[in-house]
Amino acid sequence: MSDPVTNPVTNPVTNPVSFDADDKGWFGGPLEGFGGKYMPEALMKALDELDAAWQEAKADPAFVADFEAILRDYANLPSPLYEAKRLSESVGRRILLKREDLNHTGAHKIRNVLGQALLTKRMGKSRVIAETGAGQHGVASATAAAYFGLDCTVYMGKVDTERQALNVARMQLLGAEVIPVESGSATLKDAINEALRDWVSSVETTAYLFGTAAGPHPFPTLVRDLVRGIGDEARAQSLEQYGALPDAIAACVGGGSNAIGLFTAFLDDADVRIYGFEAGGDGFDTGRHAATITAGDTGVLHGARTYVLQDDDGQTIESHSISAGLDYPGVGPQHSWLAKTGRATYQPVTDAEAMEAFALLSRTEGIIPAIESAHAVAGALRIAPDLPEGSTILVNLSGRGDKDMGTAVEWFGLGQAKPDGTPVGATDAQIAEGAKS
Amino acid sequence: MTGPSASTSTAFEKAKADGRAALIGYLPAGFPDVDGAIDGLKAMVVAGCDVIEIGLPYSDPVMDGPTIQAAAQQALDGGVRTRDVLRTVEAVAATGVPTVVMTYWNPIERYGVERFAADLANAGGAGLITPDITPDYADAWIAAADAHDLDRVFLVAPSSTDERIAMTTAASRGFVYATGVMGVTGGRRATAEVVGPLIARTKATTDLPVGVGVGVSTGEQAAELAEYADGVIVGSAFVRALLDNAGDRSAGLRALSALTEELAAGVRRA
Repeated sequence: MSDPVTNPVTNPVTNPVSFDADDKGWFGGPLEGFGGKYMPEALMKALDELDAAWQEAKADPAFVADFEAILRDYANLPSPLYEAKRLSESVGRRILLKREDLNHTGAHKIRNVLGQALLTKRMGKSRVIAETGAGQHGVASATAAAYFGLDCTVYMGKVDTERQALNVARMQLLGAEVIPVESGSATLKDAINEALRDWVSSVETTAYLFGTAAGPHPFPTLVRDLVRGIGDEARAQSLEQYGALPDAIAACVGGGSNAIGLFTAFLDDADVRIYGFEAGGDGFDTGRHAATITAGDTGVLHGARTYVLQDDDGQTIESHSISAGLDYPGVGPQHSWLAKTGRATYQPVTDAEAMEAFALLSRTEGIIPAIESAHAVAGALRIAPDLPEGSTILVNLSGRGDKDMGTAVEWFGLGQAKPDGTPVGATDAQIAEGAKS
Repeated sequence: MTGPSASTSTAFEKAKADGRAALIGYLPAGFPDVDGAIDGLKAMVVAGCDVIEIGLPYSDPVMDGPTIQAAAQQALDGGVRTRDVLRTVEAVAATGVPTVVMTYWNPIERYGVERFAADLANAGGAGLITPDITPDYADAWIAAADAHDLDRVFLVAPSSTDERIAMTTAASRGFVYATGVMGVTGGRRATAEVVGPLIARTKATTDLPVGVGVGVSTGEQAAELAEYADGVIVGSAFVRALLDNAGDRSAGLRALSALTEELAAGVRRA
């Protein structure tokens, strides 16, 4: 990727197209499509067993009932669908928020880890490993491991352990071992590499709780199936509370699990427009971003063919985003397919746009979102004027912002005081504008 | 252009005729730099490697432990490109020793599978070892290898089912790569206890020679494993010989030669 060139929709949907994977994990087939299972032979048996165990479990009413009970009694689900009235007034279109920020551990990710950990117990394994970027998936995995009494090891880039020390402490408190990864760029992609290296050595006893709907088959479909409750709930809530489906739905996309969790229920609703917002970082033109679908080229990363930020030799390029949860140079293969078929539209949102939305939502609704989710809010505000008056946009508020206060303090210049007690930092006007002081 | 490539199978046949296992030695291209790797690999040929395996450095090498990761990273930091790997192949294959490339899949997909196969064959390369793509996802590579008469070396592992081993050996050409441990390069030691049964299960499905790699570093181990395998593959130990002598090229080359001689004696001791 030398110049950022927007990937075109090369295969618009003119005939009925399957948005789902075939049994080898291909979205759109092996020639033109995405996904697959590019992995060392040492892991193939385990991946096949995981696939078989999941097909069996999801058809087992007892497993499904167990999963639903844990989500309800432990994780605080289903999450509400909330009409953000003051935000809606400010943009002139109705904005509905799917409140995944209210879930136990603070994000949609709890759905995925509880499901995978329940499956791990069913498969008779005693240890789980996970990778984490910002630490949210690591905290969720450590939580699920504590709940089910499993040993847990979390791989986290050394750079991220320093940026997110509080989450490291949370994981340790929950009983997990956190291993800082120093290889490569010492961030999320390298944490995934190191978790895969662990798994190659430990696969007989260990399950890999993959954190997003990416990676080798069956993870993209397994994770999607576990988080699709977001969209299933939101669709039913929309009909029940407002008597209609939304006109558009929006989510942020890093690896893409919260987005595919929202989108899945709406894929066959042809009148519902679907938007994914990628991390535009410092700005698309700077090359410092994580807008994989918008700017990436087709390649293979972490077990799947998908869009990848890579150089002319196929070496992965480091991504950049203010949001650690979106800072990944690949993306789940189903998103690549939805982009290629034109069913969903993906656009980059810059750090500055996301932080402006972060402040706006805090001040208009009293909700401090995760910076990841603020990308989705910013995107919804951008597309709102293009939709007819009276339209409704449903946004997945995938997580809460407690973890991001350090970033917010730095961005807005908050919370500091001079030795004499005089507050310094951003003025109200600066915060309202979302301007970096 | 160095003429038709020598298949790795000829090297295995020659070793078998000598009543011993073949020795396969690995270094990544571009480590410590492109010419340094060529010099190192040529020294390994002179000292007794029967087949040379050249690593294509990649940013996300999930089957490699810290030693080979560090070497690949140094090569990438030094600016090594895929075309430099082909230049390395050409220089080493010119010695007449069968030369294969060990590569993760994305750089090949990016270069173009058919184009890479053509350029590899032109450089005199014998084929590819592919640690992160298996035959059931490798249709394009299988077709390109057929078109250019290249070896397809796929891996089998202690965890492989008998069905997967049969599928893998049926798609392989040249030799079959048996991973001696469940783990990454340069970590656990391969032992006869794990390797023996895997090689027996593999040989039950094919007449192709079987090489054992991952977890092999000493002449003693080479001797032990040569009783079961047709070839012994060593990587991290060669890389370590250069890392331990960083800054002194001639000492590094002497260390590579000494290790090659130790391993070559090992495969003859079985």
